Amino acid sequence: MPQTSTANILSILETDFSSLIEDWLGTQVKEGVKRSDLFSDSESRAQNRELLRAFSKGVRAGVVNEEFNLDDDAWEDLRAVLVDVSKERVGRGVTPTEMATFVLALKSTLFKRLEAMPDLEGQRLIRDVLMVTRLVDAFAIYTNEIFIGERDQIIERQRQEMLELSTPVVELWDRVLTLPLIGTLDSARAQEVMENLLQTILERQAEVVIMDITGVGTVDTQVAQHLLRAAAAVRLMGAECIISGISPMIAQTMVQLGIDVGTVSTRSSIRTALSDALQKVGYVIKTSEVS
Amino acid sequence: MSGVTSINLVENALLVSIQDDVTDTEIVELQDTLSNRIAKENVKGVILDISSLEIVDTFVGRVIAQLAGISRLLAADTYVVGMRPAVAVTLVELGMYLPETRTALSLTHALSQLRRG
Amino acid sequence: MADRSGTKGTAVAEITLAVSRDVVAARQAVARVLKERGLSAMRITRFATAVSEIARNAIVHGGGGRISIYLDPGKAYLRVECRDDGPGIEDVTLAMTEGYTTAGGLGRGLGGAKRLSHDFEIRSAPGEGTTVSMSVKL
Repeated sequence: MPQTSTANILSILETDFSSLIEDWLGTQVKEGVKRSDLFSDSESRAQNRELLRAFSKGVRAGVVNEEFNLDDDAWEDLRAVLVDVSKERVGRGVTPTEMATFVLALKSTLFKRLEAMPDLEGQRLIRDVLMVTRLVDAFAIYTNEIFIGERDQIIERQRQEMLELSTPVVELWDRVLTLPLIGTLDSARAQEVMENLLQTILERQAEVVIMDITGVGTVDTQVAQHLLRAAAAVRLMGAECIISGISPMIAQTMVQLGIDVGTVSTRSSIRTALSDALQKVGYVIKTSEVS
Repeated sequence: MSGVTSINLVENALLVSIQDDVTDTEIVELQDTLSNRIAKENVKGVILDISSLEIVDTFVGRVIAQLAGISRLLAADTYVVGMRPAVAVTLVELGMYLPETRTALSLTHALSQLRRG
Repeated sequence: MADRSGTKGTAVAEITLAVSRDVVAARQAVARVLKERGLSAMRITRFATAVSEIARNAIVHGGGGRISIYLDPGKAYLRVECRDDGPGIEDVTLAMTEGYTTAGGLGRGLGGAKRLSHDFEIRSAPGEGTTVSMSVKL
């Protein structure tokens, strides 16, 4: 009687549907997985209902001779529900442990019911418990994979966003580059910005580079060091470097800190820096006589 | 002098292309050869093309700095041209800013700077 | 090439350091391995420069030596070990100090090599030669 290994499970899933949902929810609450700060009861109930429906559909068509494969078509609905539930929970900041416990809580709920079946004991009870365990474990593993995949995507997206935020080198004019620095300049970022800048100098054969620090909040000894090192590397490659956007405040701080800019040109605004840069490459800015 | 490094007179500057496999011995010989030629040929500049160098360590950096000092005494300017980005970053990290030398993106840039004086 | 695996990892190359041409051979061997591993030009140059400094030291101060290049067992690092049987260094801390020199150089070699490596270790005692071990992340 190969059918019986799933017959009991199916009968629980289908005849006892509503109370099963409540029990599962109860276990989730008891184990601290259903977080009232993240999910309302009705939401959780709806998710549980969908999951159980897909579960019984899978068992009905997808378990043959006590064997099953979650990748089969019979389990398509269940996979879809697990994907939905996991994605939504990742978005809300649920931990992998909470997510796994949520799925695994289904086990004890089902065990209790198998135990309560009047004519189920001994070898047959063990067989059914084993079946439930294998099924629910497979769900948990699948959920975990989705969870990790979803996390990876979030990390990758954030990494991309960070890169886009990091400083672009802009070709302002023929042979003139500008690097508008914004925010804080730590060692790692300074290194990346410098490498990017030098590579662009090489590619564009740029002769003048304006490093604009208008958007840099504070210039301490460390930040100044990064700027001057970048300027030195620019000079070694054969281009000139102008640091612009030095506010009176920053100028005062730099002098108080004893920072010596040496031979690096500095300007208060990007405006004067631009006019100097253009002059260096042989252009002049003139007012049009027409207007 | 090994065959790997060539010295050519271009306009009134000595153009030196340094090859990546140049040894310490060869670069010291180069310094000697160049010092003699600057004086003898009365050039205005020395252009060191280091675009093929994947690395410039403290020894080579020091020889370049000394060569610039020697040229200066012999009334010539030393230009380092074609330094790769990775080499520039590494030299800065080593604390070698080569303030004695002039720098240019390429041979063309160095020559036009020399013409302007 | 024999694939000798040991606690230090897989040996990739070994170069005898005697004349200045060997310094070039050593740094080029390291650069070649790093290039094969797909490292950026920036990182190759940094580490090859460090190797150049150390290899030259072994010849100038140690009277020659040997440089061995290993891939570590996890293949996450390339390790370079440079040994010489020279007089050794009396005060390693002093030798690592920026600007300290015994051979009329700039005194930037050792400290610089350390900054350009992922990790850097130097073992030396008077009369026992010097061994420098340094690595780069792959």
